[in-house]
Amino acid sequence: MELTRRQLTGALAALPLSPALGACAPRSDAGLTVWAMGNEAASLPELLKDMRRPAGAPRITVQPLPWTAAHEKLLTGFAGGSLPALGQVGNSWIAEMAAIGAIAPVPKAAYGLLGDQFAAVVETNRIAGHVWGIPWYVDTRLQYYRRDLFARAGYAAPPGNWSEWKRALHKVKAAARGADYAALLPLNEYEPLTTFALSAGARLLRDHGGRGAFSDPEFKAALAFYKSLFDEGLAPLVSSAQISNIWNEFARGYFSLFLSGPWTIGDLKTRLGPAMQEKWGTAPNPGPAGVGSAAPGGSSLVVFADHQDHPAAWDLVARLLTPGAQLRFNALTGDLPARRSVWAEAGLAADRLVAPFAAQLDRASALPKVPEWERVVTEMQLVAERMVRGDHGVDEAAREMDRRADRLLEKRRWMLEKGRAL
Amino acid sequence: MTAWRRVEEARAGWLMAGPALAAILLFFLLPAAASLVLSFTDFDIYALADIGNLRFVGLQNYQRLLDNPLFWKAMTNSLLFVVIGTPFVVLLPLFAAMLVNSRWLSWRPLWRVALFAPYVTTLVATSVVWRYLLHTRYGLVNYLLSRIDIAPIDWLGSPTASLPAILLFVGWKTFGYNMIIFLAALQTVPSELDEAARIDGAGRCTRLRHVTLPAIAPTLLLVSLLTVAAMFQLFAEPYVMTQGGPAGSTVTILYFMYEEGFKWWNLGSGAAVAFLLFLCILAVTLVQLGVAKRGGAL
Repeated sequence: MELTRRQLTGALAALPLSPALGACAPRSDAGLTVWAMGNEAASLPELLKDMRRPAGAPRITVQPLPWTAAHEKLLTGFAGGSLPALGQVGNSWIAEMAAIGAIAPVPKAAYGLLGDQFAAVVETNRIAGHVWGIPWYVDTRLQYYRRDLFARAGYAAPPGNWSEWKRALHKVKAAARGADYAALLPLNEYEPLTTFALSAGARLLRDHGGRGAFSDPEFKAALAFYKSLFDEGLAPLVSSAQISNIWNEFARGYFSLFLSGPWTIGDLKTRLGPAMQEKWGTAPNPGPAGVGSAAPGGSSLVVFADHQDHPAAWDLVARLLTPGAQLRFNALTGDLPARRSVWAEAGLAADRLVAPFAAQLDRASALPKVPEWERVVTEMQLVAERMVRGDHGVDEAAREMDRRADRLLEKRRWMLEKGRAL
Repeated sequence: MTAWRRVEEARAGWLMAGPALAAILLFFLLPAAASLVLSFTDFDIYALADIGNLRFVGLQNYQRLLDNPLFWKAMTNSLLFVVIGTPFVVLLPLFAAMLVNSRWLSWRPLWRVALFAPYVTTLVATSVVWRYLLHTRYGLVNYLLSRIDIAPIDWLGSPTASLPAILLFVGWKTFGYNMIIFLAALQTVPSELDEAARIDGAGRCTRLRHVTLPAIAPTLLLVSLLTVAAMFQLFAEPYVMTQGGPAGSTVTILYFMYEEGFKWWNLGSGAAVAFLLFLCILAVTLVQLGVAKRGGAL
């Protein structure tokens, strides 16, 4: 058949409509879609390739999300009803996803997967009597310190309790050049202050997460300790944006100690020269009396509420949590396995840099599990920064944090009153 | 003309304009009204889960915004973009348009394409290139500055340099669009007027001021209106280049709205920001129209 120019034009004009036609075709529900983020998403296909699954098990599609957009994507996916069967969710987002009913609670049959795990991490996922996700890999923040600079000041490692710890920092600072500091606590990051607060045993929120508890004596003790580190010149008044290369500055000795997570081990190994490698180490956080606490982190695997009856969904979660899969996952990503038994097998328990993370995770405590927490803690740090810069005293800062938190939690209090909040 | 014919004509007019009006009503006026209503509610993730958790809060969203220092920071940043950016993005293309319009320039079509090309390339692709250009240690911009003995500037990492860096990028990117509009206007300027003025002894500047500028004044107004609106609505450039950082120095009002709405999921508050932004653009536009009327551009 000869195509006339007119027919051709018509066909071309209709071309943009062809995807709409595709949408009319029946959607095959046979497959399982998994949303995963960053590094984990990149390694998941490799992990699934070698996995033994029953015959006739549905095909799995992994859809990677970038970490920076993952949170928005999960919420818009919920709003649009387009969440997949299962996914990776950052532990700090579980409360939010559970509150809006986006994820299904872990069925009792799958509770076996929680047995061999860090209690504090599992606790993070426990809300209103249910566990909402199975921890997949774990992390937390602890101290990275310069062994050589602490040795010069007469310490093999940073001491465990606050007063000793601060004395050590003073000695490190005294031995350093004039413009150098002992510790780096970036003013735009809330993790250092929450770590001190958890170490002091602060509960952070009260009344079922309906009000701020920043005026509690425990929190005020942590806040005063935090402030003193700046007032006594142990930490510089800088935000992380002002440190262009944290690894280089650490190597140069601008500061001898900072807080970070397990990902920094890889960064320091690749970015610092071989001569530096013996000169740094990791240690659990200090507390008011002995080793302190930290906020457990990492990601969990969840099954989204619309797909909770999918028989293969929990089966896949269980297969991703088998010791073999956890071991392979650790080899592929470097993530710390959620299962304790895998730590020994992977040689992590004997690794001088990684082992302190297990010690810290044993002493970790969960942050408040309310959807507003991220916002509350952001406001907390804004006030803390102003306090450190001299605008507030400790009591005044604590009152201001409570005031801001109470305002952000107003809706939650209303929900609690109506019995609608988790 | 008989009355019947007038009715017939009016009907034809409505029929012609109908589809466009319906589209405007459905896709513009209704959503705008809905977002105004939304701005009086506390729509958040709880309401997303169950619409029963939605409350009407009156003007609370607005009041909280006015108390929020980050909102004022975003407002100040946006105003800076408007005040510094608009002259930059209007005058430079005007100059370029006059250049590529002038007869003594050879290879004119080539110049036009070269100068228009940035506008039609993908934003994300060009932002990657610009991030290299602006890199502190091996960026071309700092290399050129080092040739005239200026110490390297941390363009995207320092709170003071990030705004000019984004402006530079925005200027380069939107330059071509304004230039094309000016070029079209310049080509309608009657050459007889220009020649007559020259015969009367008018110099280059005098001719520019008394012949060219009055002839393209309406276009100048249009371009500056569009540019002010675009500068107020700057979002994609800071989003891909700096994510609002460092220290919130590139958080524009639209970026702030995006964070309120889609990061914190406070759609009520986000809608209030949108409405305040609308009022701002409206106010600036009215002032510009007033100035133009007095100046005789309209």
